[in-house]
Amino acid sequence: MTSKDRQAALAGQPNCGKSTVFNALTGASQHVANYPGVTVDKLVGSFRHNGTKVELVDLPGTYSLTSYSPEERVTRDFLLHEKPGLVINVADASNLQRNLYLTFQLLEMDVPLILNLNMIDVAKARGHEIDAEKLSRRLGVPVLPTNMKSGQGKKELLEAVSGTIARAEGRTSRIDYGDIESFIRELVDVLSAEPALADRYPLRWLAIKLLEEDREAQRLLVDGHPEADRVLADASAKRKAFEAAYGKTPEQHVAGRRYQAAADVAASAVGRSDLGKRPFSDRIDGIVCNRYLGPLILVGVVYLLYYLSIVQGYNLTNYTWPLLARLRTLVEALAPAPGFIEIPLIRAFALWFVDSINALLNYIPIFFILFGLIAILEDSGYMPRMAFIMDRLLSRYGLHGQSTLPMVLGGVYVGGCAVPAVMSCKGIPDERSRLATILIIPLLNCLAKVPLYVLLINIYFAQHKGLAMFFISTISLLFALPISKILTLTVLKDKETTPFIMEMPPYHLPTVRGVLVKAWRRVWLFLKKITTIVAAVAVVIFVLLQFPGLSAERLADYNGRKDQAVAAFMAAIQGTRFAGRIQEDHLMDLVGYWDEYKDAKMTAGNQAALDELKQRFEARDPDFYRIVQPGGDQEAQKANRAFKKLDRSRREILMAMRQERLNQSFLGRLGQAIEPVTRFAGFNWRVNVALLSALAAKESSVATLGALYQQEGSGQSLEQRMAEGEKGFSSLAALALMLFMVLYPPCVATTIAVKLQSGSARWMLFSMFYPMILGLAVATLVYSGGLALGLDGRQAMYAFYGLALAVTVAMGLIKNRAQTA
Amino acid sequence: MTLDQLKPGSQARIVHLAARDKLGQRLMDMGIYPGLRLEIVRNAPLEDPLEILLDGYYVSLRHEEARFVEVERL
Repeated sequence: MTSKDRQAALAGQPNCGKSTVFNALTGASQHVANYPGVTVDKLVGSFRHNGTKVELVDLPGTYSLTSYSPEERVTRDFLLHEKPGLVINVADASNLQRNLYLTFQLLEMDVPLILNLNMIDVAKARGHEIDAEKLSRRLGVPVLPTNMKSGQGKKELLEAVSGTIARAEGRTSRIDYGDIESFIRELVDVLSAEPALADRYPLRWLAIKLLEEDREAQRLLVDGHPEADRVLADASAKRKAFEAAYGKTPEQHVAGRRYQAAADVAASAVGRSDLGKRPFSDRIDGIVCNRYLGPLILVGVVYLLYYLSIVQGYNLTNYTWPLLARLRTLVEALAPAPGFIEIPLIRAFALWFVDSINALLNYIPIFFILFGLIAILEDSGYMPRMAFIMDRLLSRYGLHGQSTLPMVLGGVYVGGCAVPAVMSCKGIPDERSRLATILIIPLLNCLAKVPLYVLLINIYFAQHKGLAMFFISTISLLFALPISKILTLTVLKDKETTPFIMEMPPYHLPTVRGVLVKAWRRVWLFLKKITTIVAAVAVVIFVLLQFPGLSAERLADYNGRKDQAVAAFMAAIQGTRFAGRIQEDHLMDLVGYWDEYKDAKMTAGNQAALDELKQRFEARDPDFYRIVQPGGDQEAQKANRAFKKLDRSRREILMAMRQERLNQSFLGRLGQAIEPVTRFAGFNWRVNVALLSALAAKESSVATLGALYQQEGSGQSLEQRMAEGEKGFSSLAALALMLFMVLYPPCVATTIAVKLQSGSARWMLFSMFYPMILGLAVATLVYSGGLALGLDGRQAMYAFYGLALAVTVAMGLIKNRAQTA
Repeated sequence: MTLDQLKPGSQARIVHLAARDKLGQRLMDMGIYPGLRLEIVRNAPLEDPLEILLDGYYVSLRHEEARFVEVERL
């Protein structure tokens, strides 16, 4: 027995409980892999029964096995090329007829099959009595009823799997396709003239698919048959002859016969006593999809999702952040110690690296809650309802009903995160809408954009804070919708579309286990795929920000300032009892002591802890302690004042060095180089540098502005400094800057997510560059246009909002390309 | 008449599918094929899409897709 024989696959229609079966059989031993070339997840697990280890592949849920969707292609290719030793066909027992439609197609592919009738309890509750033995005789395969939620029937299923997997299958039933049978037979005869083909593919299946003009089947023929053209022409002629004779296409006929056979089999094996009662799910939908209540409930669900994950999750990070801070402290302690003004490169790098990773890891509590809530929405069956309610609105802009959730996560109002938003685009079945959604999500207001908005609104729109915040929160949607439409009509116009047709499955109560497993799997994916790449990119950004560094001349200048400050300090303590105690070379000891004491005092909770702390520091070094805590001691007060001055000088020199290093860095030079262009958008080079440094993470835009506007010895807030330091920086420029931030390129983590979900590096690059160009264009329009018309920031804001609203409405009215039959 | 013209609450039998290729196949794969009886359950809050009841399960589709399903009212 080869390893292939011990490989089993789970196949079934969506909503049949397949993932419950998969979890029940494999337990914790699962991992996610990829099918080549598509973004469909491949779940692989394993289990051991009676000493046989079986590898179980969870194939995507599909209603059929055509080549029209990636899921169906993946499933079909797997069955054809991997040839698993056994396929467990999971079927929803309460919907037997439609599920058998897939079963017949699986049988046609000549794979060893077991039919697992899952959710047998639901079928019973609906008044369906299923005779499994009779069903098994009719189909020619083992039939195992289960209720996997309670574990009922699991043992028998395992027995059947390990029993069947070891031996060859018996005779299975085949559908009599009636009128088309003679065409199939003739084509099979033609195909069997090529023996290599018969070894690789089930010929009857291939013949039917060729009559249906299935693209992938035609490709298989071209690859495996020397005279493929002749055979294709033959199949095409047969197809035309059938259509002329019977007035329908082969695929219509075949599907009809399959349903007929399914109905026959179901009727013979299922005793139905119709209870004549409206299903509970439909009664819920009477409320959830109600014209007035539906949208209200949707808003409520969205608000709850936002509140629990973003707001409460953020609170949770207050508890997890200290853990990450401890990691930083550890790195700080291990890295080479800082000098008076020389910060060793390794130390700077280690801290930068930890900060970059911590910024991402900090989101994990939020993500865990978010992914858990999404799993609840998915498992409960609410997602299709969400799509049902929103589809009309979103489809006007080239999006899909199922774009609702990603857009909510991305920050439809204010405060989302593009990473989980992009990752949740996976479920959108329509390729074109999925790409459109992925590409517009970075335009929504993620949490990291907010600090810059708040900063600028507080300075330049202080009189109209509420209004300005409303403007910036909603303008992002007025960008996202028309841009999605434009992308749909241009770069995405040739992408594959899929009909909307969607099942509205019955509501289910999600299981705790199912939700936790899903949430954990997604958090793990985030950790594994995204954090590792962000770490690599952090290294690159570090280099761009640090090098080439300061010239020897400038360093000498700073050293001169340091010497002055130190000399002033030494002179000041001359004549006190500390004079002999503190050597110039060991000043850092005092600096370290001082910092540690201040840090420790901050975290001391109560008076007792504070007293204990003071004793500890006094015991460590009584002289230093006197300088730090002089009390009434005159000499100590003098030293304390002198040291405070020294400490301030040191910080100023460090800050000036950091600023100069940044200005001199590759990124800083770039910021200065592009000033002639960005001037029209109202950005000076300082703003440019801040925006460029924000490429790694947007949060840093405010921090960089802070460093750039640092003025020596001033205790002013950044708001005051910016307002004073930039006479030319007006409310109009601030508006342009905010609009640029709305359209700011996605952060590194998001671009990785875009690559994973779009399956291509090209789309990733596109998602980085189009917002940048668009943002610059919009900012230039607002700033230069506003200047030309003599508008101030507030007037320009109203004018631009009106324009954006008009464009959005107009774009909604343009027709999408009509559905072709 | 076609499926998109029916009002919620009405029942119909499918007579013919005018769609081919992807849409036609998808309709059939979801269990929408000639001869079958269905009921219009409701329209979405913004009219589109609509929801229908097939043989024991519910499916929603857009009106522009329902145009291709020819039905007779029962």
